[in-house]
This record gives sequence, structure tokens and C-alpha cells, in this order.
Amino acid sequence: MPTPLKVNRIGLEPQVYKGGKTTLCAGCGHNAISERIIDAFYEMGIDPRQVIKLSGIGCSSKSPAYFLGGSHGFNAVHGRMPSVGTGALLANKKLVAIGISGDGDTGAIGIGQFVHLMRRNLPIIYIIEDNGCYGLTKGQFSPTADLGSRLKTGVVNDLPPIDTCALAVELGATFVARSFSGDKKQLLSLLKAALSHRGTVMLDVISPCVTFNDHEGSTKSYAYVKEHDDPVEEVSFVPFFEDISVDYEPGSSQEVTMHDGSKLYLKKLEEQYDPTDKINALRRLHETARRGEFATGLIYIEPDRDDFLTQLNVVDEPLATLPLDRIRPGRGLR
Amino acid sequence: MSPTDLAVQEQQAASSSRRVVNDFSIQVATVNGSGSQTANMVLLRSILLMGVPVSGKNMFPSNIAGLPTWYTIRVSKRHYVGRKKEVDFLVAMNPETAREDVLTLDPGAAVVYDSPLKLNLLRNDLTFYPVPFDVLVKPVCPDAKLRRLVRNMIYDGILAKLLGIDLAHMEAALAKQLGKKAKAVALNTDALKAGFAYAEANFTKQDPFIIEPMNETAGKILIEGNAAAAIGCMMAGVTVVAWYPITPSSSLCESLITYMKKYRIDKATGKATFAIVQAEDEIASLGMVIGASWAGARSMTATAGPGISLMGEFSGLAYYAETPAVIFDVQRVGPSTGLPTRTAQGDLLQVAFLSHGDTKHIMIMPASVEECYLLAQEAFDLAEQFQTPIFVMMDLDLGMNNWMADGFKYPDKPLNRGKLLTDETLKAIGEWGRYKDVDGDGITYRTIPGDGMPAYFTRGSGHNSKGQYSERPDDYVENMDRLARKFETARQFVPKPVVEIVPGARIGLIGYGTSHWAIGESRDQLRDETDVKTSYFRLRAYPFTGELVAFIDAHERIYVVEQNRDAQLLQLMKLEVSQERQTKLRSVLHYNGLPIDARSVTDEVLAQEGFEVAKKTVRTAGASAGVLGGE
Repeated sequence: MPTPLKVNRIGLEPQVYKGGKTTLCAGCGHNAISERIIDAFYEMGIDPRQVIKLSGIGCSSKSPAYFLGGSHGFNAVHGRMPSVGTGALLANKKLVAIGISGDGDTGAIGIGQFVHLMRRNLPIIYIIEDNGCYGLTKGQFSPTADLGSRLKTGVVNDLPPIDTCALAVELGATFVARSFSGDKKQLLSLLKAALSHRGTVMLDVISPCVTFNDHEGSTKSYAYVKEHDDPVEEVSFVPFFEDISVDYEPGSSQEVTMHDGSKLYLKKLEEQYDPTDKINALRRLHETARRGEFATGLIYIEPDRDDFLTQLNVVDEPLATLPLDRIRPGRGLR
Repeated sequence: MSPTDLAVQEQQAASSSRRVVNDFSIQVATVNGSGSQTANMVLLRSILLMGVPVSGKNMFPSNIAGLPTWYTIRVSKRHYVGRKKEVDFLVAMNPETAREDVLTLDPGAAVVYDSPLKLNLLRNDLTFYPVPFDVLVKPVCPDAKLRRLVRNMIYDGILAKLLGIDLAHMEAALAKQLGKKAKAVALNTDALKAGFAYAEANFTKQDPFIIEPMNETAGKILIEGNAAAAIGCMMAGVTVVAWYPITPSSSLCESLITYMKKYRIDKATGKATFAIVQAEDEIASLGMVIGASWAGARSMTATAGPGISLMGEFSGLAYYAETPAVIFDVQRVGPSTGLPTRTAQGDLLQVAFLSHGDTKHIMIMPASVEECYLLAQEAFDLAEQFQTPIFVMMDLDLGMNNWMADGFKYPDKPLNRGKLLTDETLKAIGEWGRYKDVDGDGITYRTIPGDGMPAYFTRGSGHNSKGQYSERPDDYVENMDRLARKFETARQFVPKPVVEIVPGARIGLIGYGTSHWAIGESRDQLRDETDVKTSYFRLRAYPFTGELVAFIDAHERIYVVEQNRDAQLLQLMKLEVSQERQTKLRSVLHYNGLPIDARSVTDEVLAQEGFEVAKKTVRTAGASAGVLGGE
């Protein structure tokens, strides 16, 4: 009797969720993120044929080629992936969309489209693989580079960084989180929760650039992040199809019910932190930034707001495949 | 009436035996935001209801209220609907432009004016009809706040009397224009009647311009090109629309929204079978269209020159990654912000090669509102058939002005969704590659996310026939050559030109879009006034079809008529036709922001043909607009 293959709840093997061989640098944080994406989609039992992977331009934007090989992918133009993703989801609301961007792709050339994506609450998981520099053009500063951080060449960054999480909270994103590419457990929990969220998920993942920005003086190096990571809570996620109870002590944990019935458990490290309180979330982000730290975990969530497609009141079926008699009015119009 | 007015009219009386029936132009000069649009539309419609061919052109500033605007109505028993250069009958309501409006008229023209302006003092070779609008409007409209809006309807009443328009037709037109707003209809009807009564009591007809009933407009509708294109899009089954407001294209998407809300809501669920998004800019608009088309929807956007400039990068992506897209370019005057509310055909070259690298786009060019409707549908079929952006090249004149049309025919063709990979094709072709040319026509099979067929990675970076990233020289060349082959295939499928070969004609005229109307009239002028016979080639698409070379070969000289400074169509033709043929090509250009008129074409052709052409000073209606129109 052959050994039964390991499959997920929709009967697919882990292999199906893999992508092409990475061409990024060895040790690049982005590869770890790709691994967690593979794990999350496998564990949540999402059919890759219903997934679209989108990206802009840059090292980060190459990575959709390295996960979910059975999904359609679209490597768009620099900073404009949000619009392409918006169009694709308008065409087919059944698709599960994941967009991979970088800090330059989002914070510089793409800031306009980022802003409007957050406003619309489009159901997409938008990940910023954030290393504070332009890797593919050899290490220039990006808009998330911290004030005073230093290039290998000695150039110092004189401009304040854009905090993409604070911006996303402010603009109306309904699931805002920050994590670290090296934090397997937290990142996986957040990605699985993201897959249960109906609305824009903005996930900023600090992902050190081993070639250009992993040195002393860089606030996005492995060493710096490990030292200055300030988790706002421990995150555990239980999909709706599992019924395991989580051993959180009442009083120190918060439970968030996702739109599909899944549960997100947040073990609070600080009593006053409430991720459903927008002002609290912004305060936390500003306070940690002032200390030179990164708040990680689920920073803000609003699980019930209508997403963009619901607001547009489109029919339940994908618009792309509606038959002719539903998209061409009958004769005798007046 | 002042004694001076009477004196002028007596002077004019001698020449009033001439009658000009159903062949003249009326210009109404007002201030924008004063509600003149209703009065002008009522005037236009009432003439249509008289059975007389008519067209209306709005010349307006890039401004919301307070700047001069001119509305020109052309009445033409011969169905000429292009702009007529000369104004025959002026309604001068705008104190700021009245002086210049009157000074630029040809002798013999007539002027209805607001009497305090005392325009009659300016010239003694015109017929003047002074009207005390403020005095007349008071009893009609006791509410002082509404007077400004009702005042203009009085000139419709005056014109009805002076030109011979049936007041009943005016009332019918008014009812159509204002719809269910009963109070507004009543108020405006009173104003109309007050004007009519005033003219009846105070004026003796002194000018020659008359409208007499004809039977030439049965079944005709009046519609703007933008609205016609919108109906075309709806009938083509568009499902995703993304747009950014820009004159003169906004009304295309706005009318589309109106039509879709009316006709494309699912009856059972009350939900929309479409999604229309006002994007953050034109870049995002095209990005959304590309994303939607990639995911299998029929998707479109509409814009004008500045939006086209912004769409450059995404256009190249759609060309190279091969996603369908339908883009309406309602052209206005550039470069830069240019004259946002004036018309031009100045985007041709930019659009043909829009984006960096070797890029060529398919353009289709409607000339009439009927073609806006039909070619809009054609555009969606071509976009999916060729998996590439299709640019529909309209212009402000076509898009925003009212044109007569027969009612539109219900489409009789099924949709052409292009080469979508199915299980059957997959079996037949064996191994599928997204960019593999199995049929030899350059068009490859695509799959759609969510359709369960094999996935591929779409990218604007170099790729091989399987869609995999590749920087290999032979992969790049193979792909680019296939794209060129696809463009060649398109020549057989794009809308064919409309060609009229006149036996014995040595001269051929080539034009496209709204130039058509001036060219048609100009050919009559050339034939009737100077016995010059011309053939005509109306281009409807790029890439050019084989008919172009045949047309050039059949004539000694070719005049390419277009509305831009740099002879863009001619330049585009030069890239393809032989040197010998190039020597036959000449240019007739018109680029002052106003729609091209027949007389300008005729004069220019005759001048280049060596005729003595009396060079008249260009006295163009609205000539002062440039000075007064601010940002």
C-alpha cells in the first residue's frame, strides 16, 4: 500500500502551491515571505486556479513567480498594480487576489494608486515587502528608509519615512498589519487571517535586503529588526473549518470574528491595545516609531465594512463570463 | 424701438427682396451658465420638427459660468452639417462680445440684440432687431432670481416669428427638453410667447432668412457622438468601465452610466451587470481596463489628449503583454492643456505609436454619430480578437455636438470574444503556449483567470512563447516579429475605408472623422463653382488597408485633409507608401480649434491647384474667444 500523500482540505498536495525557482539573492527576506504565502494558501485550502497574483516592478514584484505556480499572475507596471488588481476583481469577484509590492513600488511611484486602493477597500491582500531600499537598481533609498539611515556608500537619508501602516489606517484599509519576514509564526497567522478577511488587507512585511541594506546603520537589517520588534499582541488564527479552541486566558486576549466565521485570537501584550480602535492604532504606530521600533502584529481591523464590490452592487456571478443576453439589452429600447 | 433703429431698417428694406430659405446659420452669443443651452436646444429641435435638416455646434469656454459662449445652428436643405464659416443671423446676448460679434458679420446679416447694447450704431449694412429683454422678462417671471434663466427663452420666441418657425414645434421641443418639470415648462412657454408677441407687434421682416417646412427629417434623432458611442458600448456588452473626468470625453462615460443604470440592472436581483469606476487618474483608468480585460471582461475607458499622454506606459504593456482594451480618445486641442473645449485631430501620431519601444496600435475613426454607435461595438470585437488596445479616435466636434441621425439599428452580430483556449483547442494544438502562434496569423490563444484552463504569467518584461521570462535575443525577436504579423493580420479586419471614385477626377481627397462633413460640402463647391471633380477616400482605420495605395494610384494629386498643424495623417501615410506615391500627397490643414468648414477646404485646394482665390479676411465667429476665455 503506497504511503498516502499529504493533501489539504480540498485534496491538493503542497507541491501544487509551489512556484518557480527564485532568482532573488540567497537569504533575501522576500523568499521567506513567499514560503509563508505558500503555507497559508495550502493550509487554508484555497484553489490556486481561483487565485490571481499581481505585482508592480522591483525585486518584490518578481516574487509572485515563486509561489502558486498554478495561478494566473500579472507583473504590471511600476507602482500601478493596484489598478490592474482592481480591474481584475471587477471582472471576476470570485477571484482571490494577492498583490506583492515593494516599498519603492508602493511609497514612491505607486503612492497615488496605493492611497486609492486603501480608500476603496478592494478585497485584496496587499503585501509590501519592505526593505527600505531599491534593490533591483542597486540600493538607492526608498520612501520607507528611516531618517538618518545610511547607504553602504555612506550617504545619509535626510527625509522622514512614510509609515505605510499609519497611512493605510488613515485611508480606510480594513485590515492593517506589520510583520517581519523572519517571524514565521506571526506572518503565517496574519496571512491566514488575511485570507478570511473581506476587504483590503495591507500587510507591511519588513524584509531585509541582504545585499544593499543589511548592515549596521540600516533600520531594516535583520539585527536591527530583531532587537526593535515590538509585537502588539501574539496572533493566532483559527479558520472557520477548524474547531480547535485556543488556550488564551480570558482578559488577556481579544477574539475577532472574521466575515466567514473564522476566529482571530490576539494575545495582548498590553492591556490597552485594541486593534478595532483606529485612534489607538495610529497612536501606537507613532509611539513605536518615535522609539525607533516597529509595532508588529495586527494593528487595525474593521471586519464588517462593505468591500468595494459590495458597494458597487454587482451581480453575484463574475461579470467577465455573463452570457450575451445579460449584457446586451433586448430590442425596442426607448 | 428707437428712431435710429427704424432708420437702419428703412435702409435695409431696399435689399430685402432676396429670400434665403433653409440655407443659413444662426449664432447665439451668450454668457455661459446663463441657461442658454435650453433655449438653444429648443431652437435646434423645433427646426428639426419643421422637417428641415439642422445641426448645432456649441463653442464654449473652459469655464463654468460667466465667460462667453456661442451656439451655432446651421439650417441646410442640402443636408450640410459641417460648420459654416459665415454667420447669417446673430443673436447678441453677451455685452462683452457683442461689439466684435457684430463687426465680424458679413454685410446683409441680421442681428437680434439686447436693446441697451445699441449695436445698431456699429454698422449700417446689417438688419437690426432690438429687443428689450429685461423689460419683457419681468411680467413673465415675477421671481427675480429665475429671470436670468428664463430670459433666453425670449429670443426663441423672437426667432420663431422672424424666421417662420411654428410656435407649436417650439413648445413641443421645450416639453421634450424640460421633461416633467411642469413649472419650468410653463414659465419658459410664457417667455417664448412673450418673445413671439413682441416680434409680431414691433418688427417688420427685413432680412432674407426664412425657414420653410420640408420633409427631410422623418425618423431622425438628435444626439451627441459621445452618447451614441455610449449606447454602442452598452450594446457591445461592456461590463467594466474605468474613467477619469476630462473634457471632451466625460459625457461619454456619464451618458453610459445613465444608460447602464436604466438598461443593465438585473431585474431579478436589482444588481448591476456592470461596474463603473471613476478612477484617480487616467493611468489608473487604463490599468483597471487592462486588469479587467485580462480577467475576461469587456472593458473600456474614455479620455482626451492629456489622458492619452498619461496612458503611454500602460498602452505599451497592453500591446506587449497582449491584453484587450478599448480606449476612446475624444480629441481636443493640444499640446499640453491646450484649448480644452475646442476640437482637433491632433492625437493621431501619438496614439499610433503610444509607448516606448516598437509599438503600433490599431485606431478606428468614426465620422458620424451612427459610426460612433457602430464602431464602438466593432472596437470591442477587435480588442478581443487581436488581444490589444483599440483606440477609437473621435473629437470634440463629434463627441459633444448634436448631430442628426437615423435611429440606431439593433446589433445583428454575436460578440467576437477572440481566441480563448478551450479543452477542444487544447486537444487540437497539443502543447499550449500563451504566446505561441499556432495559426500563423500572429494571434495566440489566451486563458482567463478562474476559467480552470492552464495559468500563465503575464508580464511586460521579455517573454518567450510560453510566457516565461526571457532575455534571449531570439525569443525577443520572435515575439516582436509575431506582434508585427498580428498587426498585418489586422489590416484585413479593421473597418474598410469609404471610397468614392468619380470618373474623370484627377484629384483625390483623403480625410477622416469630422473632416468628412466639410469635405463632402467642399467637393460640391469645387464641382459646382469651379468645375473641379474630385474623388474621395474616407479613412476609417489604422493600419491602412490595401485600398489606400489603389486610391493614390488612381489620381494625380491627393489632398489629405486634417485638423492639425503637422499633417499627422499624411506623415503616417508616408511611412507606408512608396516615394513615388509620396510625391502626390498634399496637405489641407485646419487647426484653429473650430470645426473645419467646407469653404476653408475649397479655398485651400483651389489655391494649391493654381486658381486665383479671393483671400477673404478670416472673420470667424467667436474670434474673440481666445482673448476672453481664461483658465
